[in-house]
Amino acid sequence: MDKIELNKCQKDKIAEICAEFGNAPGELINVLHKCQGHFGYLPEEVQREIARHLSIPVAKVYGVVTFYSFFTMQPKGRHSISVCMGTACYVRGAEGVLEELKKELKIDVGGVTPDGKFSLECLRCVGACGLAPVMLVDEKVYGRLEPKQIKGILAQYE
Amino acid sequence: MDTIRLTIDNREVEVEKGTTIFQAARQMGIDIPALCYMKLDNLGVENRPGGCRICVVEVEGRRNLAPSCSTVCTPGMVVHTHTMRVINARRTVLELILSDHPKDCLVCPKNGRCELQDLAARLGIREIHSVENAAVSTYKKDTSPSLKRDMDKCVMCRRCETMCNDVQSVGALSAVNRGFMAVVAPAFEQRLVDSNCTFCGQCVAVCPTGALTEVDHTGKIIQALMDPTKKVVVQTAPAVRAALGEEFGMEPGTLVTGKMVAALRRLGFDEVFDTDFAADLTIMEEGTELLDRLGRFLGGDKTVKLPILTSCCPAWVNFFEHNYPDMLDVPSSAKSPQQMFGAIAKTYFAEKIGVDRKDLVVVSVMPCLAKKYECQRDEFKVDGNPDVDFSISTRELASLIKSANIDFLSLPDEEFDAPLGESTGAAVIFGATGGVIEAAVRTAYEIYTGKKLDRIDFKELRGLDGIRHATIDFNGTPVNIGIAHTLGNARKLLDGMRAGMYNFHAIEIMACPGGCIGGAGQPFHHGDSSVIKARMDAIYREDAGKKIRKSHENPYIIKLYEEFLGHPMSEKAHHLLHTHYFDKHD
Ligand code: SF4
Ligand code: SF4
Ligand code: SF4
Ligand code: FES
Ligand code: FES
Repeated sequence: MDKIELNKCQKDKIAEICAEFGNAPGELINVLHKCQGHFGYLPEEVQREIARHLSIPVAKVYGVVTFYSFFTMQPKGRHSISVCMGTACYVRGAEGVLEELKKELKIDVGGVTPDGKFSLECLRCVGACGLAPVMLVDEKVYGRLEPKQIKGILAQYE
Repeated sequence: MDTIRLTIDNREVEVEKGTTIFQAARQMGIDIPALCYMKLDNLGVENRPGGCRICVVEVEGRRNLAPSCSTVCTPGMVVHTHTMRVINARRTVLELILSDHPKDCLVCPKNGRCELQDLAARLGIREIHSVENAAVSTYKKDTSPSLKRDMDKCVMCRRCETMCNDVQSVGALSAVNRGFMAVVAPAFEQRLVDSNCTFCGQCVAVCPTGALTEVDHTGKIIQALMDPTKKVVVQTAPAVRAALGEEFGMEPGTLVTGKMVAALRRLGFDEVFDTDFAADLTIMEEGTELLDRLGRFLGGDKTVKLPILTSCCPAWVNFFEHNYPDMLDVPSSAKSPQQMFGAIAKTYFAEKIGVDRKDLVVVSVMPCLAKKYECQRDEFKVDGNPDVDFSISTRELASLIKSANIDFLSLPDEEFDAPLGESTGAAVIFGATGGVIEAAVRTAYEIYTGKKLDRIDFKELRGLDGIRHATIDFNGTPVNIGIAHTLGNARKLLDGMRAGMYNFHAIEIMACPGGCIGGAGQPFHHGDSSVIKARMDAIYREDAGKKIRKSHENPYIIKLYEEFLGHPMSEKAHHLLHTHYFDKHD
């Protein structure tokens, strides 16, 4: 992953979020949540800043970020695609859908296309099992998917 | 004392409230197997995540098996440590761990000293099943100057994490990732050299498997010893003689100084010298520095930096370079004994015998892994040639002895070579927490007051408490002394000092529990702190038995100053025996 430089404004934002939670080490998860909400992801530099403000080792921050699947160190694409890998979807062919997406986008799960347009990830059951297999593009749900539909769906996005 | 009664394996027992089932069983001579659990009594070291479940037992009235290491006894509890259900559960857990573990025990650096091997033998595992779909994880190996990480062998006991965070307060390691990918790693899974690791090696000292091991230099040493163009000399740190015997089945606390010297000679070292000689030299330099600062302070000079901090532990040096960059001028500028030895060997001694420094190989045997890092620091090299070429651990020395067909137990006692092999009792006690400062006091007192000490033992400076202090009366001048061992305690002491809680003139800090006797290069203690205590007693026994017990009375030290250095803190001494520190804060 490329290192990024944080500008003053971004650093202030992190400081502000940490302060909001009293710079308390016990609030790490909440701080990470809010920071991810703000930046879209949690790059190394952001984690280092958080560690500094909460006075905890950066290794611990990284440990938490890698433990919970909803934290990500990858920037998201403009459109984020999530494929459900829950049992129902899996049984009804989610893997084929995922393979097709990987092929079309030429990225792996967790990756972003070089033009920054799409990012790809997997989810557990999204509660739409009746429509399995299911994928989400941003907020929109696509159900009863077949691999051959993928190309057309992707073409609808700018 | 509040006690409760319970029954374990059909026997009643009375234990202190708060005791775990595991400890209660131990007290009755029942040795429940454990993997993640580790405790060093009296040293404030405990790892009890309750995660591996090797230690499970059956508790009547409970549906699930209980991890005994983290389940506290309750009154009337009825526990069974050896039932079919327990046996099966333990084996299942272990088989699962083994299924995600490489099977290269025969060539593993931990072969023969691995707790996972022991456990597999003890539980009688005869087959390793592979779990379907559970691809065995593979990680990049990470080699630093001191230690190696091979995370394929990690069983996630998290002992290293406890040492690095709770005991050392360094925080270089943390559990990262989930499931089969879970390991303990530095932030962003960067290399240890790029992290704030101090190379204290305490994670290595407790790792049950081959996941964390020291960098092994034994091969290079054999090569140097076999090379006819090289003159190879060795120095041995004080703590080594108090522990080496353990590697050959001797009781902890057996002193093997004479046999160690004999073994080194048989290994082919041209001269067998003693780091203790350099420890005496350290006292001369550090003690003089202390008196110089103290004298100026008492004379009203407000610019002097007090307290003076010892600087002979390289992990501690790394720690303050990372964490206290604003205090780089506070520690003594004296090099560690290992480096003082190297500097003198490659100048004074090399000149004496007419050998070029490039053809003189200096090997150190240390209880320590941080010394491996230390001896390759750039400031300890001359034109790329290091003052100390290789630093090996007590364990590596044992391996060398075994591989050279030497029957250690039947060796005679032999003496160190002159001139760099002569030392005093003050140097020996460097190996235990409090020893450096006691040695410094013995010399500083006599120089400062001009009087002979009527007692040489300063018992008030000894012991295993993490933070200790004492005031020594320098003939009317009270000198306040602080001592800390483990970096966590060092941090507490320093932060307390900054907050104005203490008023010290001199502080000794050692990174390892108990001091160097508990160093990460020593034979594995496997969580038994009585081993460390026994080594400590051995160190003070060696001191008590020495003819000369004050550094400034070492005749070869006196001669070294006369012939070569001039006087302590002379320009030449400064150049060879002192160093400076770097800001490594990120
Ligand atoms: S060597 Fe010491 S500081 Fe480095 S990771 Fe291990 S315990 Fe932490
Ligand atoms: S590296 Fe060793 S001590 Fe650390 S968690 Fe893994 S097995 Fe345990
Ligand atoms: S206490 Fe001794 S063994 Fe431990 S790191 Fe320091 S010098 Fe090395
Ligand atoms: S399994 Fe995919 S929506 Fe439930
Ligand atoms: S030893 Fe008790 S859970 Fe690991």
